[in-house]
Amino acid sequence: MGLFSLRKNTFKHGIHPPEHKEETNGLPIRQFPFPSLIILPTVQHIGAPSELIVREGQEVARGQLLAKAGGYVSSPVHAPVSGTVRKIANVPVISGKMVPGIYLEAFPGSSQEVMDGKPVNLETATPEEILQGVQDAGIVGLGGAAFPTHVKLKVPEDKQCDILMLNGIECEPYLTTDHRVMLEQGKDIFTGIRYLMKATGAKETIIGIEANKQDAADHLESIIPADLPVKVRVVPVKYPQGSEKMLITSILDREVPSGGLPIDVGVVVVNVATTAEIGRLLPRGRGIQERVITITGPAVEKKGNYLIPIGTPLRYVLEQVGVDENLSEVYMGGPMMGVAVSNLNISIVKGTSGIVAFTEEQVKRPQKIYPCIKCGACVDACPISLNPSKLGILAKFEAYDLMADDYNLMDCFECGSCSYVCPSNIPLVQYFRLSKSVVRKRKIVSSRT
Amino acid sequence: MLKKTLNISTSPHIKQALTTDEIMRNVVYALLPVAAFAVFSFGINALLVLVATTASAVLTEHLLCRLSNQESTISDWSAVITGLLLGLILPPAFPLWMAFAGGFISIALGKFIFGGLGYNVFNPALVGRAVLQAAFPVAITTWFPAFADNRFSEIAGSILTFPFMEPEFDAVTGATPLAAFKFDQVTTGTGELALGLVSGSIGETSAVLILLGGAYLVIRKMMNWRIPVAILATVYGLSGIFHLIDPQAYPEPLFMLFSGGLMIGAVFMATDMVASPITPAGATLYGILIGLLVVVIRLWGGLPEGVMYAILLANAVSPHIDNMIQPRVYGTTKD
Repeated sequence: MGLFSLRKNTFKHGIHPPEHKEETNGLPIRQFPFPSLIILPTVQHIGAPSELIVREGQEVARGQLLAKAGGYVSSPVHAPVSGTVRKIANVPVISGKMVPGIYLEAFPGSSQEVMDGKPVNLETATPEEILQGVQDAGIVGLGGAAFPTHVKLKVPEDKQCDILMLNGIECEPYLTTDHRVMLEQGKDIFTGIRYLMKATGAKETIIGIEANKQDAADHLESIIPADLPVKVRVVPVKYPQGSEKMLITSILDREVPSGGLPIDVGVVVVNVATTAEIGRLLPRGRGIQERVITITGPAVEKKGNYLIPIGTPLRYVLEQVGVDENLSEVYMGGPMMGVAVSNLNISIVKGTSGIVAFTEEQVKRPQKIYPCIKCGACVDACPISLNPSKLGILAKFEAYDLMADDYNLMDCFECGSCSYVCPSNIPLVQYFRLSKSVVRKRKIVSSRT
Repeated sequence: MLKKTLNISTSPHIKQALTTDEIMRNVVYALLPVAAFAVFSFGINALLVLVATTASAVLTEHLLCRLSNQESTISDWSAVITGLLLGLILPPAFPLWMAFAGGFISIALGKFIFGGLGYNVFNPALVGRAVLQAAFPVAITTWFPAFADNRFSEIAGSILTFPFMEPEFDAVTGATPLAAFKFDQVTTGTGELALGLVSGSIGETSAVLILLGGAYLVIRKMMNWRIPVAILATVYGLSGIFHLIDPQAYPEPLFMLFSGGLMIGAVFMATDMVASPITPAGATLYGILIGLLVVVIRLWGGLPEGVMYAILLANAVSPHIDNMIQPRVYGTTKD
């Protein structure tokens, strides 16, 4: 690593967008009211859709399995409330598509007692049984990626996991869910760590936290159980440090090979909220029914961190917290990598870490696109040292194969740092998303012929 | 009830505020003290030349955009930079019609023909200056003394030369420090050079103000500091070595740094973002290359000054430097 090993504790490049975290990071997690109608898509995760096992008109209890995993890379869905399956039909999701789903009408005045399943006993369970328990609980990456966690935890035969890395970075501006979870659910996190260490065979756990959450780091440090080999590491604030690859580099100075996974360098990374969920659900054999979400942004009246049932319609959420009547943009996730919502009838899913809302006047986004002046701001921002300027020019010429073969297009994980800094307002990361999808499609086509 | 339609955008949904036109406008701000000092030291003649080149550059850009049915791009301020820079590297009593032609050539041949802002291969102002030098070798090497008593009251005869006529220069001309050294082996003191108390092109004389302008842009992250640093360090180091070997034949390194167009070239010309490499290592290499060429041309070439050709040559090499030097991508072993 030569010269750069002098700068430990962080990765190369990156950006510092305004954090806006002080608006919600002091607000404790609060239970959100239950809506009368829950809308549950069967696609809330990366992988195969879940398969429905209930029928219309059926009464279900809170925590009951509604859809089972549709394969290995898939995740089941549980009932977030006790109620009646009103309808099984297509439901809207954020991508703009319609997917099969359930309209679940909550029983009014129900005590909403949770139905427990078969517990996973930490002492006696084998790693395989823990992985099965994680899948059965419907757990996916709660940091936003929504990749089924059990798949990620499965260490391949020929590899070894020496470090379990907990991701408490939360580098997206505005979001404070992981911050609050670390402050308020420390016990669950350490229980989760026990399950995870057993499942992965990791000898040591490191919790990575950015310096703007020092209180969370101090709190976790103070309650580390004496028998657990856990370290808390605080790293300087920089976006996109929450990306697995950047986090591993910041803390361990290891580089995940291009096209590889963290396990290739002996690491499994799990988000802190996901870990807390595992620690809470597995001992009772429950499925995931709710999650913590930061609702914030200048257009929101009652900003905060809320525990919201999965499947709560977005419209209901915004009506409850109150939004400016000139609401114009709503993002699910943070403002850097989150997706803009076009339809308020979509619902909260497992991967929703935040909802950020703006009015038209509050969106200060320069519109005029200038030609690339090769100022190099994107080159200095790209955390994996791509040349976004060059890639952007090649994308304009539709030289997608060249971009992938000679300029490492496929390594781009779409953090958006290049677009953020570009003074010419070129939508670089959008170009790269499109280019990547073309390259993937071409690969599929060429593999068939 | 909530509004039915929402705006959608692709992520990232937030953006840093700095825009390209703002960068360009700030370059103009950084050049203003240099221009003001030039007017102070060379008087009304310098002002007229600066106005002529800037007006010509902006007008040319506007007209060419209109002629090619495009929206005028003068609001991005880049034409103003080109015009101003060109004026700053011309002699103070340069005929106005030639200055005007220079502005036109800079934009038309240096920039527009390549596709406008972002596509120029060479620094446009230097293209204009190179053409003027080839076309009007006498006018462009006829200097004018700094701080002449009548500089605010009299317009030099040569300035108002009728288009396409040979200008007649006043008898009094001031040799530049570089020419004095090259042809008469006379060195000028570094203090005088740094403060700009000497003769030369309109804006090249005050090294201090040029460096201040550069420092402003570097602090605001609108300039790649590696380029001027690499150029100046190379010139200083290399000419220092030669000066140590033979102090009679080769000038002191500080003289090399502060004389002629090196400062304005290193700070404002070589740093044209479009025409210089994009990676940190590439920019450093590019700066070293310019430094080398400047020393070679100045010490052994036929011309007293070599900055312009050094930068133009390096501009031509810049795309190749960018192709050659790519940063190592995370997770790869490929260089």
